[in-house]
Order: sequence, then structure tokens, then C-alpha cells
Amino acid sequence: MKTRFFLMLAAVVLVSSAMVVAAKPPAGNGTITGKVTYTGTPPKMKPIDMSKEPSCAKQHATPVTTENVVTGPGNALEYVVVYISAGDSGASAPASGVRYDQKGCQYLPHVLPMQVGQQLQIFNDDQTSHNIHPLAKVNQEWNKSQPAGSPPIDTKYEKPEFIAVKCNIHPWMHGYFAVLNTSHYAVSANDGSFKITDVPAGKYTITAWQEQYSPQTQEVTLGAGETKSINFSFKALPY
Amino acid sequence: MRKLASAIASMLPVVVLLFFTTASPCYAQIDHHLTPVNTSAEAKIDGLTGHASGEQQGGLMLYRRFCVGCHGPAGDGTGENALWIDPKPRDFTLAVFKCRSTPTGTLPTDDDLYKSVTRGFDTTNMPAWRPLTDQQRANLVAAVKSFSPRWLNEKAGTPITIPAETPINIESVLRGRALFQKMECWKCHGPAGHGDGPSASTLTDSKDNPIRPYNFSTGTRFKCGETNHDLYQIFMTGLDGTPMPSFADSLKPEDAWDLVHFLRTLQPLNTQEASLWKAYAAAHKSEIKPIGPDAGSGGSK
Repeated sequence: MKTRFFLMLAAVVLVSSAMVVAAKPPAGNGTITGKVTYTGTPPKMKPIDMSKEPSCAKQHATPVTTENVVTGPGNALEYVVVYISAGDSGASAPASGVRYDQKGCQYLPHVLPMQVGQQLQIFNDDQTSHNIHPLAKVNQEWNKSQPAGSPPIDTKYEKPEFIAVKCNIHPWMHGYFAVLNTSHYAVSANDGSFKITDVPAGKYTITAWQEQYSPQTQEVTLGAGETKSINFSFKALPY
Repeated sequence: MRKLASAIASMLPVVVLLFFTTASPCYAQIDHHLTPVNTSAEAKIDGLTGHASGEQQGGLMLYRRFCVGCHGPAGDGTGENALWIDPKPRDFTLAVFKCRSTPTGTLPTDDDLYKSVTRGFDTTNMPAWRPLTDQQRANLVAAVKSFSPRWLNEKAGTPITIPAETPINIESVLRGRALFQKMECWKCHGPAGHGDGPSASTLTDSKDNPIRPYNFSTGTRFKCGETNHDLYQIFMTGLDGTPMPSFADSLKPEDAWDLVHFLRTLQPLNTQEASLWKAYAAAHKSEIKPIGPDAGSGGSK
């Protein structure tokens, strides 16, 4: 049953990624793909007690867990941001923005990558107030209240930084903004896979960032239209 | 052998003396060498111009005299007294400040910093610096600005507009009470404003130090002033670096004034708002719904 589900999931991923490729054929541009895994024993994620916020607790049939180290089948590591940290010519912010949701007293997605200067919209889909408090150090820190039914908060970041996001009212809420200087990035899926598309030929440093472990880098030389596979492995500690 | 022993014995006083002469100055060796990133920082306050560096009145010299003990030589809030202080001294290298007239996420104006230095922070170790002259305080503001590169590259935010206060009456207080429920102020500040809401015990500031929400029942001055105007400014700008968010995007100005009027009833002070509420509460005891998780829509609305 489980394997069938994953086969189906894989099929869906394959079909959708094929569609993406078909939609924009970048002549001569390559792809960097691979998988993020861990060795060792990762910490056990703790179930979150939302009883203090009944409107959120009832949205989850089974309690959700903390998300600092989320693993998948085959030692896969989810929510790892893989991006070109050096060698990229830099990119202006795309016209389209990114969306960050507060739903069921959780941040969706847990890790949200975006480009410097890109529009960021933060929605409150809950029947309760949240305060969005991104703990920026390089960018300026701010803290805004967003009661239920408020319009989205419209903002952006001007400097690259990994910013922890928290809600002081619901202390279990925890997420990250990954503000990047490049348009070439991906976040690893639950099976640890990632795919950075539309990369021009060149020599690049690829960094994999995980919120709890030290970032890792690898050098990649990509030919025109080439698809290169690189893998990252993080050493997991049980705490 | 004996000769050697006596030689050592005769040298003993010298060794002891050497030990004391080299070791004794250590207690005075705390390095107060300041490390600002921008010694040409200036502050302009009401016709005064403060300078971070300067001959006679230099802000950094005053800083070294009065501030370094807590805020540290680098302005990062790690002075020698910092360990024993709670809440911790401000880290000027981050340029994140609680008391601002400017929106959340922006730098405060020179005037905001000047007021903070002058006023001090009630319920903390930061005293009021009124004994210093206006010029000296202006220089200190320039010194504070010398520790973060943000002041080189960014401008202070535009102060928020605070419209004239709406009339104080019981309707306004009741509307404010409904907002206290709706905006979920009670989650931290507690249903009766005692600073004991369900999230209160989990709160930390941006440096992960535990921090308490304001307890209205103490009646102490707010950190950022004592007037209704100051109170309005506190929740419409937020106290950056703390869990207190800005409500500028979610409260209309007239609503904000209603909330101000209600918050005054939580303090044990003889304010107009408090006496209005007392009279209302005595006459309408059965109608008042509790604030908190069981209140439903909350307040009297």
C-alpha cells in the first residue's frame, strides 16, 4: 500500500516536472539534480500540543510534530535549501511573488525560499490572531500582528539571509525564510530529491542549507544543456 | 643541596613580590577601549546636534564614562554588569529599538533615542539621564548610533501619524474591551491584564532571553512613556526585538484610541477611563462577559 502510494507520488512528480520542462525549454541551459540524505540518527520530532489554541488543534486529526529535522524514506532529508551560492551572475527579482501561509497554527511551507527583493505575501488562514516575527539579523527585524481575516502582509527582503520566523502567541510555530541572491534554488522534497533547472553552463558552488546542521558546499561544472547529479549527506545527531 | 634550598628561600620574597606586582593590576584591566563602527555619527534633536566623537563633549567619551559598564565597549550589550541585569542592556550593534515613533522594522528617529536616554526605562536597570545636559544626551544619541553600520546606510523611518485622541467615554472603553479580546492581547497580557496569559510563560526576546509581558495591574509607567499618546504609539509601532507586535496593519486609528481607553482601566490609577469603567461595571455586573478563551466574541459587543 505504502509503496504503491510512493510509486504514484513519483509518477505525479515525474509527470509534473516533465510538464515544467515542456513549458519552458531553455535552450542550452542545464539542470542540477540530486538527493539530500542523512547518516546517523536524527532527533525524533516531538508532537505539538495545540490545546491552548482549540481552533488550530481541531484542524489536525493527529498532532503535528516539530519540523527542525524532517526525514523521509531511505534516509531522505526534507526542507533542505539547495542553491547556487557562487558563480551565478545574479538575477533581478521575478515579477511573481511568493506566498507564505499560517494554517492550523503551522507555517506552510516550513521553509520558504525567495529571491532578494521578491514580493512576499503572508496570509493568515486561521480563525485566530498570529504575530509574524521574522528574527532577521542582517535585514531589519519587524514584528506584526495579523488577526483572523486580515488582509495579507506584503513585504520583501533586500539582503540575502536565512531568517527564522516565529509567532510569539503560538510558541510552537517555527519556520524559515531563505532569502537568496540567486534565481537557481530548490528545496528538497520528502524523498530528499531536488532539481535546479534552467542553469546556464558554468562553474558553480552549490550550497545545501539545513536549519539545524552546518551548511555544505560542492563545486559543479556544468556544460551547456547538461544535467548533473550531485548528492548531499548531512551527519545527523540524535538531539 | 642545602645551598640551593637556601638560595630558593632567599629568592622567595622576590618571587612573591614579583607575583603581586604583576598580578595585582589585573582587577583594573577590563578593556574599555571602545570599538564603534562609525565615529562620525551625528544626531539632530530639536536644534541640538550631537556628535559621536569630539573634543570636549564627545558622545563616545560620555559613553565610556556612563554607559560602557552595561552596554559594553562594542555597544553590543555585553558590559561587565550585563550578566546581572534583566532585561539585558540593549545591543546597539543590531540597531533594533523598542521605543520608536516609526513603523516596525525601521530605524528610530534621533528624537526617539533622545527621549529614551532622557526618560530611562521603568522596571529595568536603565536610569533616566536627566542629570546630563541636553547637549550631552544629544551626544550620547550620536554615540549609540556609532555602533551599527545600519546608521550609515539607512535612514530613520517616517514617524507614524497619530490623529487627535477620540473622546473618552464608556462606549469607547467598551469597544476597546472587545478589541482586547478580538486582537487576542489577553493571550500574553492575561484576561485582566496581569501579564499572565496562556502564552506569557513561553515568551522570549529576539536574543532568546525570557521576557515578561507588561502587567497592567502594577500601574508602573510603560517603558516607552506614560501618556495615552505614548500608549497608542507602543502598540501601533510594536516594541521591536520583543514579542510585542505592531498592530498598525490591523487596527484603525479610532479603534486604537478605543483600545488605549480600555487599557487604562486595567491599571490601578485614578484615570477618567478607570472611573467610567468602575461605574459601568457596578451597574452592569451581569452583562459583562469575561475576557479570555471562553468569551466567544468577547467584550460587551
